[in-house]
Amino acid sequence: MTTRNLGARVPRIEDPRLLRGEGIYVDDVDDRGALHVAFLRANVAHAKIARLDVEAARSAHGVRAVFTAADLGDIDRPLPQLIPHPDLTHPRTQLPLARDKVVFVGETIAMVVAEDRYLAEDAVDLIEIEYELLDVIVDLEESAAEGAPLVHEGVPRNVACHNVQVVGDPDAAFDEADVIIKERISVERSAGMPMEGRGVVARWNSRDKELTVWDSTQAPVSIRGGLASIFKIPESKVRVITPQTGGGFGTKVMMFYPEEVLIPWAAIQLDEPVKWTEDRREHFLGSNHERKQIHFIELAAKSDGTVIGLRDHFLHDTGAYIPYGIAVAQVAAGQIGGPYRIPNIRVSFDAVYTNTMTVSPYRGAGRPHSCMALEMAMEKLADELGIDRMELRRRNFISPDEFPYARDGITFADGNQVLMDSANYEPMLDQVLDEIGYEQFLEDQKVAEAEGRMLGLGLAVYVEGTGLGPYEGARINVHPITGKVHVAIGLSTQGQSHETAFAQIAADQLGIDPEDVILVAGDTAALGYGVGTFASRAAVCSGNAVNVAARKIREKALRLASNMLEADAEDLVMEDGKIAVKGAPGRAVSLRDVAIASNPLRYAFDEDAKAATQFAPAQTEGPPLPEGEVPGLQADGYYSPPGATWASGVHAAIVEINPDTCNVEFKRYVCSHDCGVMINPTVVEGQVYGGIAQGLGGAYYERFQYDRQGQMLNASFMEFLMPQATELPPVEMHHQETPSPLNELGLKGVGEAGAIPVPSLFASAVQDALKRYGTRVTEVPLSPNMVHRMIEEGKAKEQDAVPA
Amino acid sequence: MQITYHEPTGDQVEIDLAASGEPFVDVTLVVNGKQLTKRAPARRLLSDFLRHDLGLTGTHVGCEHGVCGACTVMIDGQTARACLTLAAQCQGARIVTIEGLSPSDGTLSIVQQAFSDCHGLQCGFCTPGFVVSITSFVEENRGRTDFTDEEIREAAAGNICRCTGYAGIVAAVRLAAERVAAADAEGQDR
Repeated sequence: MTTRNLGARVPRIEDPRLLRGEGIYVDDVDDRGALHVAFLRANVAHAKIARLDVEAARSAHGVRAVFTAADLGDIDRPLPQLIPHPDLTHPRTQLPLARDKVVFVGETIAMVVAEDRYLAEDAVDLIEIEYELLDVIVDLEESAAEGAPLVHEGVPRNVACHNVQVVGDPDAAFDEADVIIKERISVERSAGMPMEGRGVVARWNSRDKELTVWDSTQAPVSIRGGLASIFKIPESKVRVITPQTGGGFGTKVMMFYPEEVLIPWAAIQLDEPVKWTEDRREHFLGSNHERKQIHFIELAAKSDGTVIGLRDHFLHDTGAYIPYGIAVAQVAAGQIGGPYRIPNIRVSFDAVYTNTMTVSPYRGAGRPHSCMALEMAMEKLADELGIDRMELRRRNFISPDEFPYARDGITFADGNQVLMDSANYEPMLDQVLDEIGYEQFLEDQKVAEAEGRMLGLGLAVYVEGTGLGPYEGARINVHPITGKVHVAIGLSTQGQSHETAFAQIAADQLGIDPEDVILVAGDTAALGYGVGTFASRAAVCSGNAVNVAARKIREKALRLASNMLEADAEDLVMEDGKIAVKGAPGRAVSLRDVAIASNPLRYAFDEDAKAATQFAPAQTEGPPLPEGEVPGLQADGYYSPPGATWASGVHAAIVEINPDTCNVEFKRYVCSHDCGVMINPTVVEGQVYGGIAQGLGGAYYERFQYDRQGQMLNASFMEFLMPQATELPPVEMHHQETPSPLNELGLKGVGEAGAIPVPSLFASAVQDALKRYGTRVTEVPLSPNMVHRMIEEGKAKEQDAVPA
Repeated sequence: MQITYHEPTGDQVEIDLAASGEPFVDVTLVVNGKQLTKRAPARRLLSDFLRHDLGLTGTHVGCEHGVCGACTVMIDGQTARACLTLAAQCQGARIVTIEGLSPSDGTLSIVQQAFSDCHGLQCGFCTPGFVVSITSFVEENRGRTDFTDEEIREAAAGNICRCTGYAGIVAAVRLAAERVAAADAEGQDR
């Protein structure tokens, strides 16, 4: 096979239709004849429903039905607990429509189905509801403390899960330490906020009893399985299609959202197509959040800087429910050691309920949190020991020959003990420090300080466990009429360039142009096996599955072609869409010819088919379709990773604090990252740039604000700030490549990479800019107000220190 | 960042009440060069009108409060937020959507091609809004290629992208301006 395409900057195949506005997203799906849904959502955070009267809504103009919990029959029960865990002792999941009680603002209470969305919303306004208010708990630390109001009955201290993991003997390490530092790191709540909200369209064919659902989900196969189970319909009669999706970032992998069950249910009940797409306010209130954690971290070190022990206990805010289990907390815990040896670790967490929107993974999914806790603790330790913070990192890096490096006692999100497969951290640190001019910066900083300017350099090293199983698959078929290669994968796409990247892999195996590959993603009818797109796993799992399937096609094509051309397979080359005899290019068959010949039924329907029959038959011995053979050039391939494969990187930035506005302004941003072999460097860079933007959001802009009554104060783009083009600095990007030893293509995931280190590096940069005051920055997202306060506090301390 | 709000054209449009009591209008306007008359509720947003009444689903809706820019269209030669405009306000207006900016032979305009060449899109949801905004920007600054990084970023700051981090978009804006200037210099039609 050639490797012409692997590693090449192939232009995106999906671009033309998206640029022309021809992409079909869920709200664009043909909805002629469909009814439209609007929801009554709780506008209080914790209350009993004392009275609910939908009669006025039912008789409103254009309304077909109004449903409450009382109408739901079989599905009036908690939505699935997706990922159980023995320590998740008090799981709670939402009812599709609240019955007696609501526990967060935005919770679905009633569903109005009407002729159009405007009329449905009118009817929602006619619903009468009376609440008996209950005590609201929003603050994470308060919720975990003794005496807090309970979000759910029977869940003491609001703790859904208490988990402890230990590597080595941390207590002994802390006993023999020369230096111990402690820090409290707080990350505030935020969310993925894709530009396209969620939507579901459902069609029920009551004659054939077939259900078709369009859902902007990151996991269509999983949704299909869930719907089949919930509605007791055979899986073969349920088809889930994810059309073009406008971003996911984890927000769309959570399942089941109530709407994902209610819309198909309504379609079945009413025997009419039903459609729901949320508006942005609904998205703020009804699509999952993430990020809120508070870490209490301690490091134990020898005086030479060797970190011998780490203890971290954190509170994880899971919101009102926990359908996605403890994934985010587990990932944070699993990565707490970062790139450092640290042989003794105790990491524990409490997942705590609050009267806020439910939490499930958002790009990074716990990695940004533990990165910041660890990196800021390391910088504090460096200060304490008087060692340069970069040098301290070097002294503790796991070195390349120590891999695979195990943290026995800590489980990663794949259920395995943490086993980091490969990495080489120091060259990335060297490269970043060299490119950003660290030595020169230290000089510049002294000058700046003398001038009263606040100049700082922030840096963070991150690791990223990627490529989780259990598996992904690919189904490839070479079409006998068009000659195009159809590749179906079991997950869906939200902009990660799958159509191009996976085409590159198939093209290399088959000697064709990636443009001749047609990728079908997100359709359970095309491939009904798979998990989903999340956790930086698609390239590793689906990419390798495509490779396996394509290789099978290659091998079969060579075998058949050798018969057709009456030559040995070793004498054949496969390129430019043909299989030819080496040195005799005139003796060749096209891939299409082979596809035609491989299906003995297909004879001369047209001229091209007739032309194909001029060759010797594809099989010469035995029956036309030999035993064990399948007709056509088709193959399935699966890849199941033995464990996570670990990517890593180093990001650094120079910032200056504007003394008048207290705005933090970037001077330089440099990063070096390692995601193993890159399928398409342009796509990889795009993923990192995009991750950095969301990371910057988490560092400086994106903070959900709840008041003490559980009302979101900034549920719109006017008050919830996301970076625009003017907020991003130019990013100088460098790559290192440590191929993964765990899969044939050497791939590691990179989807979340950019988002992981940015909050930490931003805090580190501001801290460094304020180092004259000894300020410790321990909270993100920052804001100019917070920076101002830190400066004022620093100045006040300086004054206090001056002798009278 | 420039936000332009469409002022009503001043053309009168008649309102009549349906049996339900809901006010309706018959709006006559030109969309992508074609004149049409269509009945719609008076409160119908232009974004919904384009997408669902006219089937032009290329214009996307990201927020419905005028911030994200995904719904950007041209009304009477100015960029406007379709989510903040009523269809009824467009009586007598000339509207151009992403479909109208895309060459009818299936190829890509200079701005569209620049976006593709610079990896300025990933999921594509914000993309039509960007293409409309940037096409307008390039047109308004036709011939200029000496933009600073700040100016380019300002031009792009009226649209939010959640996927790309703007790196490819910034490069695309600059490249589009350069190519338009080069095409003009060669005397070709854009």
